[in-house]
Amino acid sequence: MSKLNKDARYPVTMTLNGEEVTGHAEPRMLLSDFLTHEIGITSCHVGCEHGVCGACTVIVDGTVMRGCLTLAVQADGTTVETAESLASKDGKLSELQLAFKKHHGLQCGYCTTGILMSLTAYLEENPKPTEEELRDMLSGHLCRCTGYVGIVKAVLDYCENSTE
Amino acid sequence: MADVALGKKFLGQPVERVEDEILLMGKAQYSDHLPTRAGTQHAAILRSPHAHAKIISIDTTRAENIPGVTAVMTGDDVKEMSEAFLIVLRQPINQWALAVEKVRYVGEPVAIVVARNRYIAEDALAEIDVTYEAMKPAVDQEEAILDDAPIVHEAVGSNVVSTRDFTYGDPDDAFAAADKVVKMKIRYPRNSQTPLEGFVVTADYHQGENLYDVASNYQGPFTSHPVMSMALRVKNSQLRMRTPQWSGGGFGIKVQIFPYVVLICLASKKVGKPVKWVEDKLEHLSAAAAAPNRLIKMEAAVKNDGTVTGFRFDQQDDYGAFLRAPMPGPLYRMHGILTGAYDIKNLSVTNRVVMTNKCPSAMVRGFGGPQMYYGIERIMHKVATELGMDPLDVIRKNLVPAGVFPYRAAAGALIDSGDYPGAVERAVKEGALEDLKKRRDEMRAAGKKYGIGYAAIVEPAQSNMGYLSNILPRDERQRNPKGGAVANATVNVDPLGTVSVTADSIPQGQGHMTILSQIVADVLGLTPDQIKVNLDFDTAKDAWSIATGNYSSRFSSATTVACLKAAEKVKAKLARIASQTLNVPADQLEFVDGKIRDPSNPENGINFYRAAGSAHWTPGNLPDEMEPCVRETGSWSPPELESPNEKDQINTSLTYGFVFDFCGIEVDEDTGEVKIDKYVTMHDSGTLLNPLLADGQVHGAFAWAIGCALYEEFVYGDDGSFLTGTFADYLVPTAWEVPEPQIVHMESPSMLTPLGAKGIAEGNCMSTPVCLANAVADALDVEDITLPMTPTRISAMIHGEEKPPNNDKPAVTIPVKGEGNVLRGTGETFVPAEPLEVWNTLLDPKALAAVIPGCHALDLIGDNSYEADVSLGVGPVRGRFKANVGLTEMVEPKKATLSGGLIGPLGASQGSGHVFLEAADDGTKVSYDYAIELTGTVASVGGRLLEGAAKALVKQFFQRLGAQVGGRPVSGGEPWWRNLLRSLGLLK
Repeated sequence: MSKLNKDARYPVTMTLNGEEVTGHAEPRMLLSDFLTHEIGITSCHVGCEHGVCGACTVIVDGTVMRGCLTLAVQADGTTVETAESLASKDGKLSELQLAFKKHHGLQCGYCTTGILMSLTAYLEENPKPTEEELRDMLSGHLCRCTGYVGIVKAVLDYCENSTE
Repeated sequence: MADVALGKKFLGQPVERVEDEILLMGKAQYSDHLPTRAGTQHAAILRSPHAHAKIISIDTTRAENIPGVTAVMTGDDVKEMSEAFLIVLRQPINQWALAVEKVRYVGEPVAIVVARNRYIAEDALAEIDVTYEAMKPAVDQEEAILDDAPIVHEAVGSNVVSTRDFTYGDPDDAFAAADKVVKMKIRYPRNSQTPLEGFVVTADYHQGENLYDVASNYQGPFTSHPVMSMALRVKNSQLRMRTPQWSGGGFGIKVQIFPYVVLICLASKKVGKPVKWVEDKLEHLSAAAAAPNRLIKMEAAVKNDGTVTGFRFDQQDDYGAFLRAPMPGPLYRMHGILTGAYDIKNLSVTNRVVMTNKCPSAMVRGFGGPQMYYGIERIMHKVATELGMDPLDVIRKNLVPAGVFPYRAAAGALIDSGDYPGAVERAVKEGALEDLKKRRDEMRAAGKKYGIGYAAIVEPAQSNMGYLSNILPRDERQRNPKGGAVANATVNVDPLGTVSVTADSIPQGQGHMTILSQIVADVLGLTPDQIKVNLDFDTAKDAWSIATGNYSSRFSSATTVACLKAAEKVKAKLARIASQTLNVPADQLEFVDGKIRDPSNPENGINFYRAAGSAHWTPGNLPDEMEPCVRETGSWSPPELESPNEKDQINTSLTYGFVFDFCGIEVDEDTGEVKIDKYVTMHDSGTLLNPLLADGQVHGAFAWAIGCALYEEFVYGDDGSFLTGTFADYLVPTAWEVPEPQIVHMESPSMLTPLGAKGIAEGNCMSTPVCLANAVADALDVEDITLPMTPTRISAMIHGEEKPPNNDKPAVTIPVKGEGNVLRGTGETFVPAEPLEVWNTLLDPKALAAVIPGCHALDLIGDNSYEADVSLGVGPVRGRFKANVGLTEMVEPKKATLSGGLIGPLGASQGSGHVFLEAADDGTKVSYDYAIELTGTVASVGGRLLEGAAKALVKQFFQRLGAQVGGRPVSGGEPWWRNLLRSLGLLK
């Protein structure tokens, strides 16, 4: 990447949830701020802004990343997936999302979208995790509402019964 | 109150939430997503690095000159534009939205920058020069009450700002007649449930109407609405508060947004544009809210059979630097139920409110309950230990018996319903306590440290708005009696017969929309998905009262009842309309499956939407004197919530649930880790409105309680520096640390609410920390247990305090002012030059400037004293500091003492050190020691890294010194952070 001028705004183009979008960002603008305030999506939630809570988790070129620890300009030319991509175009929840609903795996919902993105990538690699493996993976996210019980149940149920 | 003939097709069922779809899709608009109008400015707040200091001067010139900065405001501006916040106590504890004259805690807002965007606003914070004169802080609550303690609010003259004594029954007699008096001193730590979404405020001042239009994820109670409007010098109607449908967690903490609402309102007025502020996590952890830490000296009067006949409480709550409304709530919200789940008639209580130089305390889930029950249930455990009884037998012996409800507790709580002994036995059976006891025996036989703990608590819900009146003298509170708790909800049926609901509960994830849709669906014979519940809130349009909001578990016994009443009014109105067409008396009609019909002749009915529609389309045909449209508001306040009586008794809450927990834990002797082996929690929360959601509340409260018991604490240095400013320092339990508890339910409907429901969201915050502490006490056979029970603390109990590593001991002891966050170190290096050359370099400003890492400029400002402009960073923060360094006790060319300080937007430090020069082979051996005290952001977020960073920095200084003197290029030294990474093994 060529050296960027700190005071200039640069066009950032990405394929976001299957659609090409362009916005402008100063070099220091966080990806989380860019997605929320420049593009206008509502699923990349800023929790701690230091990479611990995981609420801003998105998938960039297939890799799970924290939106708050990534610069928008780093995402130029990439493919970004956020929780808006999980339901079908006509608004039907995915089986994983339905499992969260069934098991009360969310309350305020602030952490949920980030957890869903981590799970999306993780379950592709590990479609049948044990509860211990799953809890280990989930420890990269903080949830203050649910005590994680509904989340764990939802994922295990989904892994057991998914037809997707 | 009579039970209501509800169909209960949906109520009481584990209905999936209507909230979930939009949340799971990521389409919910939280506060930060709400639209703002063009030209909206963004704010950032400069915060105090000192726990206690006079503000000598604030120079905002450089900040104001930054392109994009619209305005900078300080305490002087705020004081001119607003009033100090009204508080409950009649004491001169004045707080404005920004610090005035002095700062009283690390993180206190000192100035606000308003700029085109947040990034520029934060840049400008670094350009505000504040000169402080540091004062000795009052940090520890026990030291703060001593005569010579620094005073947080001079005008009060003492840090103890309120003391109230209460007596119920005859405690002196009970203690005189006791076989045994059991005493205990307990401390409960500062913590908070820290919602993931921070505070958000957008304020738009409308000059033409002198109106502040605010959107914020504020959660009520709206008792603080008049506090805000009075501070802003406007009428309530000129402060329009809007709260969004979606909020990223609250747990009581978002009550404390209100000072920021005022601040952002003033900023908007000043700049003539809307202003938005979003709190970050460091701001949240250091300055938002903390449950007060409490010291309780407790005594129990005990008979030899285990009967407790009296309690004496001496409670001292540490409220930090200010008393923001509704403080000191945690000390009084539980007052009526101070005897917990026990039938104890004799009680004396002393409540003290103490101020310290810490973050102001606040409402946090549990709201006084975790502290109080930590005292009660620890002492019940100790009573058992001292009498050689099983702790559960002591609990059983003293429980409020079955069949006595409603039961008036000594301090005034009117416990509505329950069967405590029955609940305990049910938990014992369903939770298989006998098996757990066997397991303890087996584990102990195998040499493990295993313990069982118990806790029985009463969980109050829906606070009496008069609960704080007890802090006032009787004559004063009688002049202005307060009580009750008003709830409001509105049900609307539009011209096409679709139903919508609004209400005053301001939810933050609990699922209120679902439950209200269940209630209305049952009353009107519809399905929950036919009811559109809108819980965004607007004081300009919605029915509200002072109790409005989301706190103290008020929803399930308050807003639900108002909603039920509104739905019943709608039902009655539609029944009258249908009655005209159907020729059946209105009170005989039933509402089923979208129809209003005659139950004895179901064919004789009309569609719900048609009856509702006629109130809109053909109002002329309505029954006599009936108003058109279908929009009904239900308002409710339970009569049982009276003001405190002559004897200081008060029914602090409307409903009282019962929780009984037991658990088995193993303490790992090597690591000090507390492993939860089994946890059973029994809840009698009256009628469950939705069991799925009820369990969700139990799980959430339980998880936070695990945090309180084992991990979470806001830690302060003795100098008042705040040391837990990130989620890597303030540890929050993850999925790995939180087991699934076994939940046992029992339902004893409340007789005081039409739906029979009580609260369920706070019980485990009160029961679980002390249950786990009792189990650890059982495992280790110890009495004094301090939360959180971290491995360090547990190890110290097993093995004794750990000694600090020897290599950190300085060669020379350097005195420092406080004993807070002090970094000490020693080292030595070799410089290939004569001692005199080294000496001269240290005294040459130009050479020294080249040697100091990150130095931009260095000026000689007096004899051997320098002022420098340096960039330094540690961990996630990096910033520019002004340094003042002086050399004293100079013995050329052998030794010197360096002392001075740094100040910058990221914090402040004071320190000193010695340098010794000694001729060695072809050069000089330089040895040094130092002690540095730190406060502010650097201390809050960099604590884990500071030790290493300081070492690396000092080492780098001397390496560069060697390079400078030895004539080699100074740039030869690597940046200090590379050294640090290398020493941590992260860089090769």
